[in-house]
Amino acid sequence: MAKELFFIIVSSIFVNNFVFSRFLGNCPFLGVSNKTETAIGMGMATTFVLTMTAVAAYFIQNYILVPFGLESFLQIISFILVIASLVQLVEMIILKVSPALYNAFGIFLPLITTNCIVLAVALLIPMSDYNLIESIALGLGAGLGFTLALALMSGIREELEFADVPEALRGPAIVFITAGLLSMIFLGFTGLVPL
Amino acid sequence: MQLFKDFINGLWNENPIFRMVIGICSALAVTTSANNGIAMGMALTFVLTCSSIFISLLRHIIPDKVRIPCYIIVVATFTTVVDLFMKAYFPSLYEVMGIFIPLIVVNCIVLARAEAFASKVGPVRAAADALGMGLGYTWAITLISMIRELMGAGTLFGYQVMSDSFTPWVIGILPPGAFIVMGILVGLINMITRKKVKDTHCQ
Repeated sequence: MAKELFFIIVSSIFVNNFVFSRFLGNCPFLGVSNKTETAIGMGMATTFVLTMTAVAAYFIQNYILVPFGLESFLQIISFILVIASLVQLVEMIILKVSPALYNAFGIFLPLITTNCIVLAVALLIPMSDYNLIESIALGLGAGLGFTLALALMSGIREELEFADVPEALRGPAIVFITAGLLSMIFLGFTGLVPL
Repeated sequence: MQLFKDFINGLWNENPIFRMVIGICSALAVTTSANNGIAMGMALTFVLTCSSIFISLLRHIIPDKVRIPCYIIVVATFTTVVDLFMKAYFPSLYEVMGIFIPLIVVNCIVLARAEAFASKVGPVRAAADALGMGLGYTWAITLISMIRELMGAGTLFGYQVMSDSFTPWVIGILPPGAFIVMGILVGLINMITRKKVKDTHCQ
């Protein structure tokens, strides 16, 4: 059991990194990878929401949608609504409990609803028939993989600002090419775990 | 005339993929062959057009404070329609696209157009804008997928175009190829228009 969990986490961080090999969450990946500090804040907030979403998605799928036979046509709508309200709830709780924490990553929370990683994790759980613990592992792994991608990219982009990039490639273009090279590195992890 | 302007806008000036650089997750993920590119483009155009018309019709009814959840429900409904349609009639395409059809719900293009355009104008203009944006998205990802398919498999729309002696550059259909082709295309289009792409992201 512990071995499978380890495989799921390692697989979603390295082998099938959600940003570099599954192309999920590219918008925030391009948008907030300017500075390492904000990148890590965004990554942490996303990891937290992803783990919560994994739990919520598991219970909704297995205790509401499947018993009532609604899973084929209400799945997308119910998941996205639950994610949106979950993000709102997390924002309110953090604001009440720890204003310092809210200042650190509260501003990222509203953006997370439209991050496609979150809905993707929710949809992947019923697709892969994961149990509760495995679902949490998937959410956690996806979040950590996203944080890793953001942190790597922001480190490179801080250096890129001083580089002499050709005029036309400035802005998003050079970021894509850099992401391509990073993604090539992540290809090297293929076969690391049997998943 | 105004309608034509709204329509043309999305095709080039504010092309969602190359100029605004939004909604790129699906543009990178499903573009391994030209057929997938066209199918994804059509699916998104359908969802975008239908939800823009609906949001525009409902613009006086939806309260300002809860507008985003309302938009998301409208978009999610049409996405479910496409999802079930593709699952029923094009099972092999659906298999390849995987979760990227349901993920149209959170595609930034749809919400961005709802927020920035459809919620402010009448249904006819909203439809013209949505069609333009949808077709702009479609040509952009078809171009990306044609380049990737040609590089990675030596075929176009499934037909062999390269000679047998051509060794496929497998990198083209692997994930890194998507990022690099996309980067080079954005760069080329910058060069043609001599204008830097604004750093406008949905986030």
